[in-house]
Amino acid sequence: MTEAASGPGHYYVPHETHWPIIGSIGLFALVGGLAMYLSNMPFGGTVSIIGLLLTLYMMYGWFGTVIGESEKGLYHDWEDRSFRMGMGWFIFSEVMFFAAFFGALFYARVYSIPWLGGEGTGAATHTILHEAFTAAWPTNGPAGVGGAFETVGAWGIPAINTAILLTSGVTITFAHWALKQQKRASLVLWMTATWVLGVIFVGFQAYEYGHAWNDLNLTLNSGVYGSTFYMLTGFHGFHVTLGAIMLIVITLRCMKGHFTPKNHFAFEAVAWYWHFVDVVWLGLFFFVYWF
Amino acid sequence: MSAVIHDTDHHDDHGPAYGWKRWLFTTNHKDIGTLYLFFSLAMFFVGGLMALVIRTELFQPGLQIVDPHFFNQMTSMHALVMIFGAVMPAFVGLANWLVPMMVGAPDMALPRMNNWSFWILPFGFTLLLLTLFLPGGAPAAGWTLYPPLSLQTGAAFPFAIFAIHMLGISSVMGAINIIATIFNLRAPGMTLMKMPLFVWTWLITAYLLIAVMPVLAGAVTMLLTDKFFGTTFFSATGGGDPVMYQHIFWFFGHPEVYIMILPAFGIISQIIPTFSRKPLFGYSSMVYATASIAFLSFIVWAHHMFTVGMPLAGQLFFMFSTMLIAVPTGVKVFNWIATMWRGSLTFETPMLFAIAFVILFTIGGFSGLMLAITPADIQYHDTYFVVAHFHYVLVPGAVFAIIAAAYYWMPKWTGHMYDEKLGKWHFWLSTIFVNVLFFPQHFVGLAGMPRRIPDYSLQFIEFNQISTIGAFGFGFAQLLFLYIVVKCVRGGEKATSHVWEGARGLEWTLPSPAPYHSFETQPEVK
Repeated sequence: MTEAASGPGHYYVPHETHWPIIGSIGLFALVGGLAMYLSNMPFGGTVSIIGLLLTLYMMYGWFGTVIGESEKGLYHDWEDRSFRMGMGWFIFSEVMFFAAFFGALFYARVYSIPWLGGEGTGAATHTILHEAFTAAWPTNGPAGVGGAFETVGAWGIPAINTAILLTSGVTITFAHWALKQQKRASLVLWMTATWVLGVIFVGFQAYEYGHAWNDLNLTLNSGVYGSTFYMLTGFHGFHVTLGAIMLIVITLRCMKGHFTPKNHFAFEAVAWYWHFVDVVWLGLFFFVYWF
Repeated sequence: MSAVIHDTDHHDDHGPAYGWKRWLFTTNHKDIGTLYLFFSLAMFFVGGLMALVIRTELFQPGLQIVDPHFFNQMTSMHALVMIFGAVMPAFVGLANWLVPMMVGAPDMALPRMNNWSFWILPFGFTLLLLTLFLPGGAPAAGWTLYPPLSLQTGAAFPFAIFAIHMLGISSVMGAINIIATIFNLRAPGMTLMKMPLFVWTWLITAYLLIAVMPVLAGAVTMLLTDKFFGTTFFSATGGGDPVMYQHIFWFFGHPEVYIMILPAFGIISQIIPTFSRKPLFGYSSMVYATASIAFLSFIVWAHHMFTVGMPLAGQLFFMFSTMLIAVPTGVKVFNWIATMWRGSLTFETPMLFAIAFVILFTIGGFSGLMLAITPADIQYHDTYFVVAHFHYVLVPGAVFAIIAAAYYWMPKWTGHMYDEKLGKWHFWLSTIFVNVLFFPQHFVGLAGMPRRIPDYSLQFIEFNQISTIGAFGFGFAQLLFLYIVVKCVRGGEKATSHVWEGARGLEWTLPSPAPYHSFETQPEVK
């Protein structure tokens, strides 16, 4: 029995792989080039783009290999469980990444700004440096960093975007039902609806950014409000974009006839990821836009 | 279907590939474990050299061999290299080698990702070590990268930040792999409460890693945008707060401390029963104590920040929650001692290191208890007492456990016994010099010598000179370790499959050296 064989009682262990080393070089060039760019060294941008292309090539090749193995039937319930655990804990790590930025938002709003405004017994900064500052939210701080700005209201585009993402959570569930019932046309239709909603979300978000940056003078430089606003919505938008790309890939795979009612881990992984960006958005809608 | 499998994936060669390709492309948990362990050993010497620069400068008061800015680079880089390059990869390497063998798994659950977890590291460290040669030098604001000081770093800044991102990605992938392996690939009958403690402690450590490495990534990302993109997370003028960075950083930083010690607890819990020829005393209490320590590690972070100012309620909360950690840690120490009690002890090198661990780690634990007391900490903060404290838990703690593990499992890995006589020499030299090195730092610290300063007041000369002598002694003793490892890899007395008389566990049922693919068919655990 070779270690490559798989089946009940034999876990599939691939022989060797060149994708990770390509990924490492790609990642190295991507971030190294970006660091060179930020430190005003020559060729930084070029190196970074080469790194990005290498990383994308790695992802294409690696995922392609795994999809091929999956379609060949090398994976069974046992391997499937590893993939599920991997994806689940990866999403948890992403949750913790966002937790850092939500933590910054809550800390600023609950502690640092009231203290700057003179609240509490230890607020010497207020007395000594910023006596004129009154705690408020939104704020760009005692120095009014970035100049006066307006905020994006919750009940315009953000509310529409909330409805869009929540709807897409429903459509992907319809797609899942269709997959389980072997209704291929319906599956592709609902998947397409899901990623189209995702793309519309990103489009609205881009439009809103333009409006905020140009018309409202709300920029990354607008004090701690601008910092938390763009960091949270920016990383979320980036994740939605990734999620939408993943949805498109899954849609294409559905069109090619991949997945069976029993074996469709990749579909579910992307669905989990999509629900995750959905839940993060609800956090944003409540704490960044609404309250 | 099986015909298809044979067409595409059957290889006649069941062993490793030849040459450099083996190491670059491998998906084998033993190969990857070896890569991790040698990488860690290399970084141990790189970080050690930086420590020797620090100790040489501190041999005398006044400025001797390096300028203060370079001294600060050394203290910062020494910490980053030792934490992310030496200790953490060593534990991941041990997990790679041992966890699949201990739970009866064919390999790690996600073998390709396992390769990537390792191969990100050399590139991440290239990025980090490169900063030493950039204009303005390496990061010099301490490994904690507190703003606003860290924002004054020169060209090195984005390189260091991205290096930390890469190391974080590597750690998270490694942790996910370990969790999936432990939950999904255990042999039939290997129930959770039958798992060796090394597996248990690593399972819990993996959760700590997944929970906090992304938080570090978030914190340093905010530093990056504060420096380059105009955000004001950590600047009061914009409504932010530099103290906020410290809170987010230490929310990562304190669990990180336990990431570096829980697997060490696991190793010691494997070694002491073997050489006591008794099962581990209080197995289930060890598991619960580890889980309790992990939980508590999330709610104690601000004890690193007592002097920066926080409400009294916060000081009290963080003081008491910190002291509470002494309870599960005490459970562990007493269990190790109870395991040895009336055992038929022998003192081979791994056991010597394990016993030294129990005693010296406990010293570090007690000084930690002193530091937990808020009013006392306000005196001790940023003195050499703190340096002595965390080096006692990390060097004769984490590092001794790693060395003990290397001696304990090296016969299984290489098929050869290491040189016991040289091993004992290594032990005594290391143990004597580590105390010569760090014990005097308690005294200068309590007397008020600040850390991270290249100069000091004249009354601290003697203790600093003793400490520096200890540092060189300890450093040279590790060259002996390198020699012993190389010698053992190249040859030596053949090891039996069982190696140690009192050893228990699945890894000892395999021949020595362990075959390239262990447990293709899972064993039945009764």
